[in-house]
Amino acid sequence: MSGSRAGGSGQLSGPGGLSGRGRLSAPGSLADSSVVVGVGDRDTTAVGLRELNGLLPDEPLPELAKRYGLKPSAARPPLGEYIKRLWRRRYFISGFATARNVAMYTDSRLGQVWQILTPLLNVAVYYLIFGEILNTKRGVDNFVSFLVIGVFVFNFTQRSFLTSSRVMFDSLPLIRALYFPRACLPLGYVLIELQQLAIAFVVLFAIVLASGEPLTWYWLLLIPVLILQTLFNAGASFILARFGAGLDDVSQLLPFIVRTWFYVSGVIFSIPLYAVQAHSSLASHPLLAKVLQYNPAAIYITLARNALMASQRLSTPGSKPYNQALCNLFKNPPKPGANLLDSAYCHGIASTGHLWLMGAVWAIVALVVGFVFFWRAEVRYGRG
Amino acid sequence: MAEAKPMVVVDDLHVVYRVYGGGGDRGTAATALLRMMRKQKRPSIREVHAIRGISFVAYRGDAVGVIGRNGSGKSTLLRAIAGLLPAEHGAVYTDGHGALLGVNAALLEDLTGDKNVVLGCLAMGMNRQEVKESYPHIVEFSGVGDFINLPMKTYSSGMGSRLRFAIASAKSHDILLVDEALATGDAEFRRKSHRRIDELREQAGTVFLVAHNLNEIEETCNRVIWLEKGQIVQAGDDVTGIIDAYLDAVGGEPMVREPAHPRP
Repeated sequence: MSGSRAGGSGQLSGPGGLSGRGRLSAPGSLADSSVVVGVGDRDTTAVGLRELNGLLPDEPLPELAKRYGLKPSAARPPLGEYIKRLWRRRYFISGFATARNVAMYTDSRLGQVWQILTPLLNVAVYYLIFGEILNTKRGVDNFVSFLVIGVFVFNFTQRSFLTSSRVMFDSLPLIRALYFPRACLPLGYVLIELQQLAIAFVVLFAIVLASGEPLTWYWLLLIPVLILQTLFNAGASFILARFGAGLDDVSQLLPFIVRTWFYVSGVIFSIPLYAVQAHSSLASHPLLAKVLQYNPAAIYITLARNALMASQRLSTPGSKPYNQALCNLFKNPPKPGANLLDSAYCHGIASTGHLWLMGAVWAIVALVVGFVFFWRAEVRYGRG
Repeated sequence: MAEAKPMVVVDDLHVVYRVYGGGGDRGTAATALLRMMRKQKRPSIREVHAIRGISFVAYRGDAVGVIGRNGSGKSTLLRAIAGLLPAEHGAVYTDGHGALLGVNAALLEDLTGDKNVVLGCLAMGMNRQEVKESYPHIVEFSGVGDFINLPMKTYSSGMGSRLRFAIASAKSHDILLVDEALATGDAEFRRKSHRRIDELREQAGTVFLVAHNLNEIEETCNRVIWLEKGQIVQAGDDVTGIIDAYLDAVGGEPMVREPAHPRP
C-alpha cells in the first residue's frame, strides 16, 4: 500500500491502507457515479464499490455485472458457440493460409519451387541410401513410386505437426491484438500444408505415371485417403498447438519424435512385405508388425499406395487366399526379382477394409479429442 | 442510479506475473536435472504483483484514460480487461470482447499491409463484402500510401501502428483498448485518431487509453484513472483535476491550459 504519492491537493489521500477508510475519489466526481475508486467511503453513491474491510456496497460488483449480462472477460465460449464462431471465420482461415503460403518463400530465389524441390531431394536421398545401399527395395515392385508416395504423404503429416507446434508463438501479435477463435490458427496451418500437398501431388502423379503405373479409377480413392489424413492432421495439430503454446520443450523434442515415426511407418520399406519375409525381425514379432501397420501414418501411406499403384494392390499380402507354395515362392524366388506379386498369397497383417476403418477411426478420434483439448485452453493463448 | 449501461466491471482485480528463471541457477543442465530428480517445479519463480485490488466500473460511451508512472500497472490492467491475462483474484466482467492495440507494430509482419488489412478484418468477424467496403477507408485512414503493398516488417513503427489502429478501429468494437498506440503517430494522425475514438464512443463503445502524453488523455478522455504500484490513487471524471494532482505528485510542471478548455 505504498501508492500514497497523492500528497498533492488536499482532497486526495493515499489508498489509506487496508482499513478502507481513505477517501480516494476526486472531488465531486462520484456524484454522478462515474469511474469509481478501489477503496472508498461507504457513503459514496458510487456504483459497485466494495470496501476492502468486507462491508459491501449497495450492489456487489459481480451482481451488477450479472444484471447487465456482462461476462468474465477471460471466459471460454461454450463448444457449440465456439464452433459457430469458427465457421464464421472460414474465409479468415483460408485467406490466412493462402497469404502465408505465398509469403513463406519470398526470401528465396526459387520461391514456391522449393515446395516441390524439397520433397524431391528427400526422395533422391532416401532412394540412394535406403533403396540402393541398404536395399530396402527388395521385394517391392516399382520402388520409385513406392518411395515417392510414402515421402510425400508422410511429409504432409510431418509438416503439419512441426509447423502447428509453433503456430501460437508465431501468431502472438495477432492473438494479442484481435479476438477471434484461436482454433483458426492451427486449422490455417494445416490448410497451408494441404495447399502445398496439392502442388506436390502434381509432381507425384507425373512420377508415378512415368514409372509405369496405369491410370485407373482406383486413383479416385486417393481423395478419401487425403480427407481422412487431413482430419487426422488437424486434430493432432490442435494438440500440438496447445502444447507448443505453453512449453518450448515440445518444439525441441518434436523433430526427433517425428523422425522416429518416419522410420517406423514404412515410408522407405513395406511393412506388410517385411513382415512376411524370412529372417526379418517383424516376421518373428507379429504384434509389433500390427502396431506399426495400424499407426495412422502407415495407414494413410498404405492406402495412398494402394490407390495409385496397381502393383501394390496386387501384391499386398493377404489380398489373395493363403497359398503356402506360392508364398514360399515369393520368400525364396528362383532368381532375384521374380515372383514379386506372389506375396499376395502370404498371410497379411491387415486387410484393406480394416485399414480404411482404422484410418477413419484415427481421423475422427484425433479431431474430436484435439479440438476439445485445444478449446479448453482457449483463454490462455496469448498470455505471456 | 445508472442510466448508462456498464460495459466493463472490474471487481477487486489482482494480477500476478510469474517470472521464471529470475534466480541464479538460470537453466544450466545440471540444475535442471537436479530439479527434475527432486520433482521440484520450475526454478526460482518470482512473483510480481502487478495489480493489487482494483475495482471500477466503466460505462457505454466512456473514454477512460489510464495514467501513472512506468510500471504502475497500466498496460497490465488493459491486458486483463482484454482477457489476455488471468486474474489472480477478483474478476473483470465485460460486455463483448476488447480489442487491444499495443505498441508492437505488426499483426502478421511477413505479410503485406494489404493482406494484413484483409485478414485483420476477417479475423474480427467481418464477411467478405464488409471487408471490401472497409478496405479503402482503412488504407486511406492509415495513410501508409504505396507501402500498403510491402510486407509490414518494412514499415516504420509509426506506419505500423497507424495501420494497426486503422484495422482495429474499422469495426466498432464494444471495448477498444489503446496502449500507447497513438504515441508514434504524427500530429495529423493523432487528430484523426481522436476523431475516430469519439466516433467509437458514440457507437456505444468504451475506449481505454494509456498514454504518457497527458495532453492526449485530456483531449480524448472523459474519465481518468491514476494508478500507482498497481492500485488506484484517484479515479473519476474530473480529468483536469486528477491530471494536475498526478503532475503535482510526480513533480512535473503544471499543465498550461487555455482559459476555456474545449471539450468535444
